[in-house]
Amino acid sequence: MAELKYLMFLGCVIPYRISSYEISARKVLERLGVELVEMPEFNCCGLPIDSVAHDAMLVLAARNLCLAEEKNLNILTLCTGCAGTLRKVNKSLEADKKLKEHVNGHLKEIGMEFKGGKIVVKHLIQALIEDVSLEKIKDAVVKPLTGLKVAEHNGCHILRPAKYIGFDDPENPVLLKRLIEATGAECLDYMYETDCCGAPIIGVNDKIPLYLAGDKLRNVKSVDAQALITVCPFCHMMFDINQPRIERLLEEEFGIPVLHYPQLLGLAMGFTPQELALEELRVDATKLLNVSQ
Amino acid sequence: MSEKQANSTRLRRVIKMGDLDPAFKREIREIPGVEKINLCFQCGTCTADCPIARFSEIYSPRKIMRMTQLGMKKKLLSSESLWLCAACFTCVDHCPQGVDIAGVVRALRNIAVREGIIPDVFKELTDNILKTGYAYKIPELRKKKRTEKGLPPLPEANLEDVSKLFDVVAVFKAKQEEE
Repeated sequence: MAELKYLMFLGCVIPYRISSYEISARKVLERLGVELVEMPEFNCCGLPIDSVAHDAMLVLAARNLCLAEEKNLNILTLCTGCAGTLRKVNKSLEADKKLKEHVNGHLKEIGMEFKGGKIVVKHLIQALIEDVSLEKIKDAVVKPLTGLKVAEHNGCHILRPAKYIGFDDPENPVLLKRLIEATGAECLDYMYETDCCGAPIIGVNDKIPLYLAGDKLRNVKSVDAQALITVCPFCHMMFDINQPRIERLLEEEFGIPVLHYPQLLGLAMGFTPQELALEELRVDATKLLNVSQ
Repeated sequence: MSEKQANSTRLRRVIKMGDLDPAFKREIREIPGVEKINLCFQCGTCTADCPIARFSEIYSPRKIMRMTQLGMKKKLLSSESLWLCAACFTCVDHCPQGVDIAGVVRALRNIAVREGIIPDVFKELTDNILKTGYAYKIPELRKKKRTEKGLPPLPEANLEDVSKLFDVVAVFKAKQEEE
């Protein structure tokens, strides 16, 4: 069995706005026997400035990977963007000698060197599936959420590009569904399930992401899902914090609570809504609690 | 004339040879990951499967690929649509020719930045990382509240390292020249 100890890579969006994700994830992971070591130092994974300068993204990501190599610990992230970026850079540098030399040439300036092959990067749900195991999660469920019907939104960077991520089937992802079913809840299919939430371009054009996320919320509602489950702070922001804005723009009412997966799992593990910071959600989730209890 | 008709008229507009930069395709092909741009045969799978294209009148990855092949550098780099890709990588997974479409868009954006074209949001993100290590400016109050919530303190950034790395890869070169 894999050792359940990771270097916790928090990213930028979570401490900036979405602490409910961190609070619930830490609670659930601790109960499952996962040990988290904090990053000794931090810098952004690099993804937000890949569009500005690809090399800058590479060195920022590589610097974090070097820190993990020094600690000899695998990285665990809650953000799919960080997971995708660090995973992709880790794999590319391992596979491409020329690229590794290029990046190490830059890292030399700060006295670091990427070695490669020493550590892996995993997103929360990947660690839950591959290292913790579904069986162990099912065993930890003490208050099954029987009768609760939800839908899931994976977040692009945990699935694509397939050749770098190599987790689940990007065309028909099922692993988050299995994790949701482990809580006793039912996970429903809906139209355009694997589509992006649109969040990455909200700073350039806010209408397109709002229409896109609104379309997804409409599809989630049309299958009578009582909540949407996310595993990315950016996606969560799009569906939860922006939901009132989307409702105003589309002149439609959704009222769909958006929970981080560890909040859903935490409820099934017997944590109280307060312990899981459910009150921090923009869209009220109290009506869900009545169903599940 | 409706907006749709106007758009289709624009699409039919003649492309002038003088506006093309034949060296551009080669320039971009040199960038790692973008080598396969020549293989695009305009099947349109990327645009058909693009979630952004479903909600945008102007965004079409297929068109961006063709314009790149033709060397329509000036038009590409100044186009708003260049900044509408959300990097969901659906096109990358679906392209039958194995073209890293999102990678081409990213390379075009990098070139635009070097030429001084950069949306404000990216200036801000870059600046935040340089000054704080984080992509967003996290308010002090929020950091303090972490203790109340039982969360460990946020790891500090090594700003000296970040700044050195930014110098090495010349992130701000274009910006400084512009200012």
